[in-house]
Amino acid sequence: MTVKEVVEKMGLKVFSGEKGLDREVLGGYTSDLLSDVMGHAKEGEIWVSLQTHKNIMAVAGLKDLAAIVLVKGLQPEEDTVTVSNEEGLPILGTDEQCFEFTGKLYALIHN
Amino acid sequence: MLKPYKGDLHNHTVLSPCGDIEMTPSFYVDAAKKAGYSIIGVSDHNSTRQCAEICALAREKGLFILTGAEICTKEEVHCLAFVDGEERLALLQEYLSKYLPPIPNDPEKFGYQLWVNRDEEILGEEEYLLISAIDQSIDEVERFVHLLDGIFIPAHIDKNKNSILSQLGFVPFDLAVDSLEVSKRCNLESFLSQNSYLKGYNYIHSSDAHYREDFAVTACNFYLQSLSFDEIKMALRREEGRYVEII
Repeated sequence: MTVKEVVEKMGLKVFSGEKGLDREVLGGYTSDLLSDVMGHAKEGEIWVSLQTHKNIMAVAGLKDLAAIVLVKGLQPEEDTVTVSNEEGLPILGTDEQCFEFTGKLYALIHN
Repeated sequence: MLKPYKGDLHNHTVLSPCGDIEMTPSFYVDAAKKAGYSIIGVSDHNSTRQCAEICALAREKGLFILTGAEICTKEEVHCLAFVDGEERLALLQEYLSKYLPPIPNDPEKFGYQLWVNRDEEILGEEEYLLISAIDQSIDEVERFVHLLDGIFIPAHIDKNKNSILSQLGFVPFDLAVDSLEVSKRCNLESFLSQNSYLKGYNYIHSSDAHYREDFAVTACNFYLQSLSFDEIKMALRREEGRYVEII
């Protein structure tokens, strides 16, 4: 499944990094501690978080994640968007909270 | 000619919910003087309201107080922020009050949030929970503190909670910090050997005292020409020969 398919099936907003919408999604990881994501997220995962600081882009790039989803209607900072566009690593958004969104994403990826 | 001034910048008072009821202005000033300190930082969680009383008492006894707070940013990174003078302190307090979420404190669960005078009479109580995160990013806090010509120091960066490393993974390269703080038990040399990209920064370590027995247990020497806010800031930034030595 591609990031684009996840966006369409879950009705997500695309904030930035459109170039990366054809990235392959291999799984998901939900965490707000960037140190934890650096240590434990795996390549190709969609990262679900409420952190909007531009360090999320560095961590996502380092781990080669497929995309980042911001929950609860949160918006990325301006400089976070800039890096996302430069690197073609999409930042997506949902109004749902972490628990609901992660549950639905899990069902989508594993069905 | 530079002289060493012994200091400890990170301390909580009775005002912090987690700060012991015995961390009062008179204790602060007496204990710091007795232990030979010249500089003490007052850094309660997200509030500056205990600073004025400690400052007034300290002035009489010849102790220099850095006034400010330990701010919890929206990423839940703890940062020390200090400003010079009553006017700027009032502006910092206004900023904290504006962005602290209105979650009422439950003193039974979290502890009392009182500030007191030198005779330990209660002057006021913070209504909202001070250990929440304020609705401002670390970059916004840094910019605001520096707009007030203040000092900005991410706290206990070696810890695995509420530190810039735990919350943000690494220190953003463009964040304008005056120093970085490590906790009192941190071995800076081995910390830097594991985080070699952090070798170019200036460091302090602090007691982060919440109880009387934790107060004045660790120190830094500030090498200054004279004792003032600006001199301390220069030392934290290693400017014009001033520097801080971890002891």
